[in-house]
Amino acid sequence: MKTTYREAVRSALSDALRSDPHVFLMGEDVGRYGGAFAVSRGLLEEFGPERVRDTPLSESTFVGAGIGAALGGARPIVEVMTVNFSLLALDQIVNNAATLRHMSGGQLSVPLVVRMATGGGRQLAAQHSHSLEGWYAHIPGITVLAPATPADARGMLLAALREPDPVFIFEHATLYPTEGEVDESAGPAEIGRAAVRRLGGHVTLITYGGSLPKTLQAADLLAVEGIDAEVIDLRSLRPLDTPTLLASIARTHRAVIVDEGWRMCSFAAEVSAQLMEGGFYDLDGPVARVCSAEVPMPYAKHMEDAALPQPASIVATVHEMLRRHG
Amino acid sequence: MTVERGHALELLRQMVLIRRFEEKAAELYTLGKIHGFLHLYIGEEAVAVGAMQAFTPEDAIVATYREHGHALARGIPAGSLMAEMYGKANGCSRGHGGSMHFFDVSRRFYGGYAIVGGGLPIAAGLALADTLQGRRRVTACFFGDGAVDEGEFHESLNLAALWKLPVLFLCENNLYAMGTALARHQSQTDIRLKAGAYALSADAVDGMDVLAVESATRRAAEAVRRGEGPYLLEVRTYRFRAHSMADPELYRTKEEVERWKTRDPIALFATRLREWGLLSDADLTAIETAVGREIEAAVAVAEAGPWEPVEDLLRDVYTPRTP
Repeated sequence: MKTTYREAVRSALSDALRSDPHVFLMGEDVGRYGGAFAVSRGLLEEFGPERVRDTPLSESTFVGAGIGAALGGARPIVEVMTVNFSLLALDQIVNNAATLRHMSGGQLSVPLVVRMATGGGRQLAAQHSHSLEGWYAHIPGITVLAPATPADARGMLLAALREPDPVFIFEHATLYPTEGEVDESAGPAEIGRAAVRRLGGHVTLITYGGSLPKTLQAADLLAVEGIDAEVIDLRSLRPLDTPTLLASIARTHRAVIVDEGWRMCSFAAEVSAQLMEGGFYDLDGPVARVCSAEVPMPYAKHMEDAALPQPASIVATVHEMLRRHG
Repeated sequence: MTVERGHALELLRQMVLIRRFEEKAAELYTLGKIHGFLHLYIGEEAVAVGAMQAFTPEDAIVATYREHGHALARGIPAGSLMAEMYGKANGCSRGHGGSMHFFDVSRRFYGGYAIVGGGLPIAAGLALADTLQGRRRVTACFFGDGAVDEGEFHESLNLAALWKLPVLFLCENNLYAMGTALARHQSQTDIRLKAGAYALSADAVDGMDVLAVESATRRAAEAVRRGEGPYLLEVRTYRFRAHSMADPELYRTKEEVERWKTRDPIALFATRLREWGLLSDADLTAIETAVGREIEAAVAVAEAGPWEPVEDLLRDVYTPRTP
């Protein structure tokens, strides 16, 4: 059945609330407003204010309360409206959610799911356009997911709810209206497995989240020229499915990583390092990266477009790679 | 105020246990047996001991990095705590946490939190889980006056009051946020008044008087248990030792410390008990002897404990998966 990414998240939330009495949802405007991105619309009416809780604008405290509730045997899903606001909750995430199991010598676990919208491309300027998945992926003790399709948006949320440890799900805001096939009877997705979204033999394009549609467009453009690009959707940043990446570059011998994070210390840098460590002798040339420009996100459309990875910049990077190491 | 003799002697024993445990910890620190940060509870014993009387085993405790007293008053064996400070695998947190991170889930002791204010949201969440699951429990959340500076204090009081969560917020006001005196970090130094802004019930009590702390905490805990929502109890106390072993104490005078020592909670209580005829020299000697043996045994447990094998370095980062 064809459905939107937004509907897919909502159906997973609704299934979870229906099937497990311990599950509850809390966050800013998730109830009466229906979610800033309309993801949770209707859930308050169906499940009531005990289980769909509007919170004060206190990111650190409602994320921390999610951790505490998870310790207390509940199954919280915390929505932090956007990654930008999650910066206010970093203390709870980094110092508590990620550490409690280890610091308690294995006595505790924190079965917490945190969802947040991420990314730029909507002319929201420098404070509402962050793409900080790479920061989160740096932290041991948590799992970081970036579903790029409606099927994954549903399957990964269901999977996250089966994890005994904290899971952070990044939903790129430009993806909510996108459509795709979703099997409503499909269960949880497998965490830690990348997906080959397009097969190809000339170059491997590696991406995740909101950059997947752009990368697939780039692959289509390249195909017109006879360049056959393989596209890999990472899906899970931590754990990272390195074997799937290495298997691909063993065939294509070229890799371009597309990542909306800033280039410096980006998640793309980590992927690049892993390709070098595990696939150096398979590569015909250096790994290339298409990342965001090193600038706070500009507001004006043409400037924002220039700051973000685009199909044209991906194509240009592949051209340059083939020119130099073809 | 009246107190039953057996209970009084038990309160005294627990305070003496904490005092001697901390003195031993300081000694072991200088001997290089304990490392990292070590924050002693000496001077504040009446707070943890008095307050802890109000909680049942079903209630949850959230504490700070100065949590040795709370852990002992909650009944965690001294050996398990000492071993933790040694970094041994038989420590209460498997040697992963050290002095600042004691955990004992079997006693619902949810840990020492070492980021000031960081435990308050956790306590609100534990209480939320109880509310959602229809359990009549109290979550006791200890923190210092420094935490009152943090946004999480204000956010947590507001959230707990808004949702009527069963949390007892216990502010151990020892007058210093590390080295910064209360009047130098708070515009309103009467901490109990902060509760008014969030429509919480609140009280303040002399933290050097163990019986006063016990009765104030019982009143507060019962209100929380009855479902009246959260409660802020400010317990006014003083730390006799430096903030940590690294602190040269340049920010307060020796005279001030000496003045407070005249209100030593253990000496004060012992004197009262003698006046009431509830404590003899022989009782005190018996307590000191028993505590001395307990500390000695705790050190032996720590000394004999095994080191965690280095192969287990990555253990407990994630929950093991059963395929």
